Amino acid sequence: MIDILIKNLPIIVVLCPLMMSLLVVLIPNIFFSWALTTLSTFLTFIFSILLYQEIQIHSHISYALGKWMPPIGIEYIIDKVAIIPVIIISGISFLATIFAYKIMPEEIEKKSISKVYSLWLLAIAGLLGLVTTGDAFNLFVFLEISSLASVALVAMGAHKDKQALVAAYNYLIIGAVGATLYVIGVGLLYGVTGTLNMADLTNRIADLNNNRALIAGFGFMIIGIMVKAAVFPLHIWLPRAYAYAPSAVSVLLAATATKASLYILARILFSIFENSENLINNTLLFVILPLSLLAIFAGTIMAIYEKDIKRLLAHSSVAQIGYITLAFAIGTKASIAAGFIHMFNHAIIKGGLFIAITSIGFYIKKRVTINNLSGLGRERPITFFCFVICSLSLAGLPLTAGFISKLYLIKASISSDGIWIAILILMSSALSVVYLWKIIEVLWMREGKKIVKKENPTIYISLIIITFLNIYFGLDASLVVNGSFGAADKLIGDLK
Amino acid sequence: MISSTIGIWNYWIVFCLMMIGLFLVIGRKNFLKKIVGLAIFQTSVFLLYITFGKIKGGTPPILNESIDTIYSNPLPHVLILTAIVVGVATTALGLSLVLRINSEYGSIEEDDVSAQDLVDYHDDIETGKNLDLKFKK
Repeated sequence: MIDILIKNLPIIVVLCPLMMSLLVVLIPNIFFSWALTTLSTFLTFIFSILLYQEIQIHSHISYALGKWMPPIGIEYIIDKVAIIPVIIISGISFLATIFAYKIMPEEIEKKSISKVYSLWLLAIAGLLGLVTTGDAFNLFVFLEISSLASVALVAMGAHKDKQALVAAYNYLIIGAVGATLYVIGVGLLYGVTGTLNMADLTNRIADLNNNRALIAGFGFMIIGIMVKAAVFPLHIWLPRAYAYAPSAVSVLLAATATKASLYILARILFSIFENSENLINNTLLFVILPLSLLAIFAGTIMAIYEKDIKRLLAHSSVAQIGYITLAFAIGTKASIAAGFIHMFNHAIIKGGLFIAITSIGFYIKKRVTINNLSGLGRERPITFFCFVICSLSLAGLPLTAGFISKLYLIKASISSDGIWIAILILMSSALSVVYLWKIIEVLWMREGKKIVKKENPTIYISLIIITFLNIYFGLDASLVVNGSFGAADKLIGDLK
Repeated sequence: MISSTIGIWNYWIVFCLMMIGLFLVIGRKNFLKKIVGLAIFQTSVFLLYITFGKIKGGTPPILNESIDTIYSNPLPHVLILTAIVVGVATTALGLSLVLRINSEYGSIEEDDVSAQDLVDYHDDIETGKNLDLKFKK
């Protein structure tokens, strides 16, 4: 029994939320639909932990869907790289589901709650499928499952704020164009190689150096995924979508959605196209590196001038995504590892910040802007305390998780002769303190109204766990660091 | 030269449709027209895949007795079947969003909608009126 479970884990991780989402939609009761959602995200998390243990033994699990052997059949691959986003997505979605219990019925019509949870699980299933699949076209299907589900989730925010509709619409259009560009790329690649399996693609691309269709296909794929990952000039959909979505949805999307796409980006750059070094090196140096640096500064400066706090955090997400792609762009083993470390740390930091700020906003029943938050930190000391710790972590102060990722990123950039990159990273970290301090000052220093409503314990469970994780991985980062170096090792091997 | 240009006329059609679709998505301010553009854009990609699958002189891929039959590649058709489903879902979701936008804003022109949003944003943040969000129960 256990044997069969272990054998089929790569597909069970995806199927668990997918099947449960079909079940959840049938349950009209608010509590039971939430309980089932929590159960299935919890099970998914347990399964991904089991997968993690399996990976420590086998280091590469390939699962042939329906016993159709790859490269003809669809293959699911879990290796030391894929396990990182799997753990991030399943873990954060579990915490976000716990957080959703009290806050979801406040913001969404009672009768559509179970449908929302169904979409919620569908989005999680799509993201997990995105990172586990080893088939380039199957990836597109999961990309669309996750993005259509998240568009519908964002649109549910229309119950309290009609701008959510326009945000969802823009997300849909831009996301669909991105996904279609990705499909064009896959089509061109299929045209020249005759295969869709990623491992097989890697081998066949080796014989086709400087084929024009190959280069065009690569360009289309990269642009398509960069739209989904919200890399700098293609990030327009992100701030609005995160700002006007229901609170719980903001938490889920901000912590997980772009991580999956960033993982795919790393996979395309360093795994599928590992044999066309010239192409990759040029792309990293002339496209990804400048765009990441622009992202870091544009995101941070936009955040400094923003007054809507959820949008502010979304702009800061753009900057943080910039750090991750910057780490990929440097292209050494240490820097790719730093990218994965920051991918994990950013998930827990942004998850914590969004939970803290939306749970304060939840009491005031207003848009969470600078003016509306005066003095609320003193009313909600635990939430405020957690918010401050996550902020420090975002700015990269020692003893927090954010410090570890900045440390490894700066170390990697110095060791590859990029002192100026290290200086820019430090400067942008200093700038990020500006917008974080702005929020903290408003929350704590200003006089404000009292809130009568009692504090709700279900919100604190996930907030405190995430804050604890932020401190724990700041003190003992060996787990994340080892995992990330394993991933980087797997991705670029002994080449560099 | 001419024969090679005309010989790939399928790709020219794909190219034209793709550009028309993309132009509609980027250039039009009407939310409905953007969806139409998106649908055309996606259709052009379907056509691109189908063109890949065709082999000169190839028959439909149904197994027959003779050894030297050339088969067309069926895989792109299967892939596109999936992509069509995704495209339909995208269009349906987009159209339903346009319907909701129309009922909330009374317009589906991007300029009108963003003007209303801007006023809303200004009231909310700059003047500090702190409008309560309307919760419909």
